[in-house]
Amino acid sequence: MDFSAISVVSLLATLMVAATPILLAAIGELVTEKSGVLNLGVEGMMIFGAICGFIAAVETGSPLIGFIAAAAGSAALSFLFAILTQYLLANQVASGLALTLFGLGLAALLGHQYTGIKPPSSPKLDLPILSDLPVVGPILFNHDYMIYFSILLVAGVWYFLKFTRKGLVLRAVGENHDAAHALGYKVIRIRILAIMFGGACAGLGGAYLSLIRVPQWTEGMTAGAGWIALAIVVFASWKPWRIILGAYLFGGVTILQLNLQAVGVDIPVSYLSMAPYLVTIIVLVIMSADRKRASLNAPASLGRIFHASN
Amino acid sequence: MQNATTKSLILATKLFATECEPALAWVSLLNLNESPILSNLLRLNGLTKAYPGVIANNAVSFDIGVGEIHALLGENGAGKSTLVKMIYGLVKPDSGEMEFLGQSFAPSEPRAARQSGVAMVFQHFSLFEALNVAENIALGMENPPRAKVLSQQIREVSAKYGLTIDPDRLVGDLSAGERQRVEIIRCLLQDPKLLIMDEPTSVLTPQEVETLFVTLRKLQSEGTSILYISHKLDEIRTLCERATVLRGGKVVGTCTPSQETAKSLAEMMVGAKLQTPKKAATELGQPLLKLENLSLQSKDPFGTSLRDISFILRAGEVLGIGGVAGNGQDELMLALSGEELVDANAISLKGEFIGQLGPTPRRLRGLLAAPEERLGHAAAPDMSLTENSLLTAFYRQRLGRRGFVNKQASENFTKAIIQQFDVRTPGITNTAKSLSGGNLQKFVVGREIVQNPTVFVVNQPTWGVDAAAAAAIRQALLELASNGAGVLVISQDLDELMEVSDNFAILAEGRLSKPQSAKGVTIEEIGLMMGGSEIA
Repeated sequence: MDFSAISVVSLLATLMVAATPILLAAIGELVTEKSGVLNLGVEGMMIFGAICGFIAAVETGSPLIGFIAAAAGSAALSFLFAILTQYLLANQVASGLALTLFGLGLAALLGHQYTGIKPPSSPKLDLPILSDLPVVGPILFNHDYMIYFSILLVAGVWYFLKFTRKGLVLRAVGENHDAAHALGYKVIRIRILAIMFGGACAGLGGAYLSLIRVPQWTEGMTAGAGWIALAIVVFASWKPWRIILGAYLFGGVTILQLNLQAVGVDIPVSYLSMAPYLVTIIVLVIMSADRKRASLNAPASLGRIFHASN
Repeated sequence: MQNATTKSLILATKLFATECEPALAWVSLLNLNESPILSNLLRLNGLTKAYPGVIANNAVSFDIGVGEIHALLGENGAGKSTLVKMIYGLVKPDSGEMEFLGQSFAPSEPRAARQSGVAMVFQHFSLFEALNVAENIALGMENPPRAKVLSQQIREVSAKYGLTIDPDRLVGDLSAGERQRVEIIRCLLQDPKLLIMDEPTSVLTPQEVETLFVTLRKLQSEGTSILYISHKLDEIRTLCERATVLRGGKVVGTCTPSQETAKSLAEMMVGAKLQTPKKAATELGQPLLKLENLSLQSKDPFGTSLRDISFILRAGEVLGIGGVAGNGQDELMLALSGEELVDANAISLKGEFIGQLGPTPRRLRGLLAAPEERLGHAAAPDMSLTENSLLTAFYRQRLGRRGFVNKQASENFTKAIIQQFDVRTPGITNTAKSLSGGNLQKFVVGREIVQNPTVFVVNQPTWGVDAAAAAAIRQALLELASNGAGVLVISQDLDELMEVSDNFAILAEGRLSKPQSAKGVTIEEIGLMMGGSEIA
């Protein structure tokens, strides 16, 4: 074993790339859950976004259009979930699981002819001087634009939820939908918008996988990233900045595991591949051990069906 | 002088009535003289609203004067809530019209009603526990100012009307009285012309009620009209100048409450003569249930932990436990029913320590419980009445063998409950949620009483139940005690506790006061105990 072969600088740089898809999906799901809706279809929306973005980028040659198409496609898919759960009052857990299965199948169907193609590459940030700095340069100033966008998005969501009137209304709807309705807020409309925002973010996360991280299309390429994103929302106890922490922690474990494999650590590969998921489970158990804290942070109406009784 | 004011604050409601009536009359005269043209603030004309199978409001007409405190009286299901929702823009009337300050008034949503000057304090507080006071208030306003300005305004209004509150506190940490202040401040910041209050005092201590009345009178003297909805007839007689009585969706009468008795008002509401439950005088017997230094850490982050609770319940005794909701009532109920286990020695039933036993063994030994929340805790909403009676009576009534249900026996058992307690339902296969609140409560209480308990614990036996059903339930509790069972009644309704209890204690902040005879206690004393101060 030769641990010196692991370069800390490249480790940190690749960590951000590995974390960004789940970061995007998780921040979207956070907004959805803050409005009181539990959408378990993140995995399905991610992979649908991955193929929508891939097709659009390959056909037009523009990664930007790819990302826009991914966001639009997954938002449309989540709109289906919104109609089912908000208008038809279907169970959110069952609908979310169905959305995942549906998204996986639909993406496989659409992507049939796109396996093995290379998508157009995305431009990277290249600031004079800053990007050439040793250590700091590659870690902070030499990434594709989506990474910076994802961090800005988290900041935006934080600001929106904490300081704006609309953010306050959204939190109120997630906290007590009956009271919000009694005050005259449009619970269903607000929730549909939140679901679609969550869908769009999941789509961006998926497209980041197929257009930048991998970059190509393979069936089932999200490989559970959507589920991790869901777990990270709980891990972050519904606070935007902690989403970054959670996503980067998870990204870090994933990358470390790849690096350890590369230097030939004497542990079977399967154990290493399991590691990130095990860590996630352990962290979730620790987080929810304190029942008081966990139930304080969760939106009180999360997963409950709203039906205006008058 | 200072002392005199404080004293008059804690006077019993009835005393207050006689003292303030001249003042009230004076105020209303003043308003009429000042603004003769606008003597009517809101005028309802033939409002009708029908839901499938029921006419909630049938041609309801009355009017509310400027600066008038107007009572809306009626039993559950009389149509009060629907009427108020129409005024507040939550429900659209099928026909009829409203006039507000002489203008046609048809709010399409609460926002429109608020803009016209209608504000409402809800029965079940429409607050958000995880948000702070200022955020909660901002949500109820049309154009809230920036956070800092709003906090300043909240402090000003709360000082002006004596509604002390800190804008930065989380609502989840506030008491019921404080939460109501938040709701009222939210309304006041919008300068309402009409303030609608739906059952505002159901969760307050007598002192808090007095503070509220002072605030309401101050508002009235400034020309704000108040539509006051309540079951509590003494309050209405004290506070309101006129009352409109609804029954079955129709206006059945208008009266001046101060000239009526509580009984005559109640009979107007019910449309029949009422009988007060009576208890046959019995000697208290052997101790049945004994609690010794029971402590329980609450699992609910907004709950109250129980600390060192001790009392003895004897055969034939009704022990009333009063106090404002959220002072440990739910936790005490859980500890007694066996849903939360406590120290084995903390609870004993006929000398046997049962603190570590779950609900089923406790039931087998004769300790039965009926929790407060009818739907979801006492009964499973979507299951039939038979299935619901099986849930608590399966073992005690031997409604099955070797894990199999005896259909015949359980149906007979359910029919017995329905018959004995006059539960109005089409049949035993109807779901629990299809019953009205009063009927379901009769079923839930009856289900336990028919099982012949040694000790029966009931939380809020008549919460949200109409007067006739409430009287029937109280009568059943008294009869159970006369037959030699011990009955523990946890309630926030002081009148109810005074009516049924032999002995009486107050739960405040998770501690129980020493039980004392209910005969000699006055409302003021109870109020002080509820505030947490101990009476020797």
